[in-house]
Amino acid sequence: MVVAEQKPIEEILVMVADFNKVLLTGCKGCVTVCCSGGQKEVGILASALKIARKKEGREIEIDEITLERQCDPEYVDQLEEPIASNKYDAVLSMACSVGPQYIAKRYEDILVYPCLNTTFIGGALEHGVWAEFCQACGSCGIHNFGALCPIARCAKSLMNGPCGGSAGGKCEISPETDCVWHLIYERMSRLGQLDKMGNVVMFKDWTSSRDGGPRKMVREDLKQ
Amino acid sequence: MRLNYPSNVKIINVPCTGRVDILHLLKAVEDGADGVYVAGCLEGDCHYLTGNLKAKKRVNYVKKVLEGIGMEPERVEMYNMSAAEGARFAEIAREFTQRIQELGPSPVRSGAKAA
Amino acid sequence: MKAGSKLEKVFAAGHFAVTGELGPPRGADAHHIHEKAEYLKGMVESVNVTDNQTAVVRMASMAVCRLLLDMGIEPNLQMVCRDRNRLAIQADLLGASALGIKNVLCLSGDHQKFGDHPQAKNVFDIDSIQLIAVLKKMRDEGKLINDHECEGIPQYFIGAAVNPFADPFEFRVTRLKKKIDAGVDFIQTQCIYNMEKFHTYMQQAYDQGLTEKCYVMAGITPLKSVGMARYMQKFVPGLDVPEEYIERLKGVDKKKQGDEGIKIAIEQIQEMKETKGIAGVHVMAIEWEERVEEIVSGAGLLPRPEVS
Repeated sequence: MVVAEQKPIEEILVMVADFNKVLLTGCKGCVTVCCSGGQKEVGILASALKIARKKEGREIEIDEITLERQCDPEYVDQLEEPIASNKYDAVLSMACSVGPQYIAKRYEDILVYPCLNTTFIGGALEHGVWAEFCQACGSCGIHNFGALCPIARCAKSLMNGPCGGSAGGKCEISPETDCVWHLIYERMSRLGQLDKMGNVVMFKDWTSSRDGGPRKMVREDLKQ
Repeated sequence: MRLNYPSNVKIINVPCTGRVDILHLLKAVEDGADGVYVAGCLEGDCHYLTGNLKAKKRVNYVKKVLEGIGMEPERVEMYNMSAAEGARFAEIAREFTQRIQELGPSPVRSGAKAA
Repeated sequence: MKAGSKLEKVFAAGHFAVTGELGPPRGADAHHIHEKAEYLKGMVESVNVTDNQTAVVRMASMAVCRLLLDMGIEPNLQMVCRDRNRLAIQADLLGASALGIKNVLCLSGDHQKFGDHPQAKNVFDIDSIQLIAVLKKMRDEGKLINDHECEGIPQYFIGAAVNPFADPFEFRVTRLKKKIDAGVDFIQTQCIYNMEKFHTYMQQAYDQGLTEKCYVMAGITPLKSVGMARYMQKFVPGLDVPEEYIERLKGVDKKKQGDEGIKIAIEQIQEMKETKGIAGVHVMAIEWEERVEEIVSGAGLLPRPEVS
């Protein structure tokens, strides 16, 4: 899933400093699963913002709505009625950064602000802890590395690791960070594929990655 | 036992402090409570095993939120006591009331008045 | 001959080679470089010029290499993959060749997290082993990565670094072999203190015939003080400085610790001369260039051989 975390509330307060009435929108997709932008987090942020503004003596009115997904036009359409019938100063989105962009595209005349920082594509390690697993390079080759991704999980995205900074299974950048190449070594060893690790992996073609420009996927059979 | 505790403390019963949500605490502050505290069972004595520990983490989360918006985090607190300790309950009620009196009224209410 | 550099010739003639190292300044002061380089002149075959070492911005390695050439000192251009993509790397390599630089050391580069611009975006388009392959392809096939033929084929003596002390230890010799497969001509190791572990590593490399396929230079960094030794032990990944050395430094007067460190370095070099598969030493006297002569001479390696 896409993992995101809420921006510091101080930053959000600055964004809404001049507003008296805003629509705060959540998303029931990835950000609900990673507990950063679902219905519950929308309620908590709305309450915190209201407390802050009451304290300053200038109350802010916040309507809350959590959409099925903010990355699908059909759900973003559901904001039409509330936006049309209320004089909102702005729409705040608690989706990954796709959400606010969809809202801005659909509702051209209203200010849109992101309340989350989209951090990575990853998964949960345990309840309350998430980590990065994929960098969306667009041409998956993890089967060559014991089904572990060196591009997303090696600090230097090495194709021929582990480098000289690998110590005790940890990366030189932090004792908190596993050396993915150490994990690759252990797994290849268990699978009896260590000989594969002896082969030089040549240059990666990055055209399928962000480096090839913004990407698009088309399924002709589904397209209307 | 007829123990006295300050009349300004309003008790909201929950089956277990594990039921107390971040939003419950925030809403109380938003609606103008000068302070909110959670009175849970002693750590290790939760009938549901970890309810009071979860409540403690949520109280800490709310403290951080309040800090982020420039409000005293001491206005929310977690206390642990046994259901058999009536005297301790009254003592904490007095202690927390005194703390809040020292902090003064919630800026949420005074801010509203200033407007 | 691959590139006909002095370093390559010294190896080819069967001599025990010596290289030095110089860190460019964090400013535009070229005078400082001349001063430091003067100490290395005649002491070593060639001098490594670091490339934004430890991810700290310094004068460009290529520019300093050219300054050394003007002084009559042969440079080893260090090149990291952190700061350039394949376009910049190949362009720089062609330029280096045109400037008369023949020895190139291929490195991944320290992560910018530890440097003076931790906010920087890193590149890592290719890694250090692939960088070796780039140089080899340019030199042996006269082609760029995209198979475009070079107008004017560059000549390089290709170097790389290895850290025998990183984990997993059992994989380290295999990784050396990968560098050889990619086309490396010479290797400089991370500074060595744990001689026992290093000998285990070298024995494996020797047994696999790897030391026949490239020249391995042992990295030597003299310890200046107990403090420096402790620092290396604690903060440089995989660098275990044995207590024995620390005890020796502790055993002498504080002012004499540097002398003791130099004595240890000389003993290490003498041991390296007797080690199978070691073709030379890389003396990294960090901000201590003035003592290099003492080390090289103490190890009986002066005068340096004349080659033509």
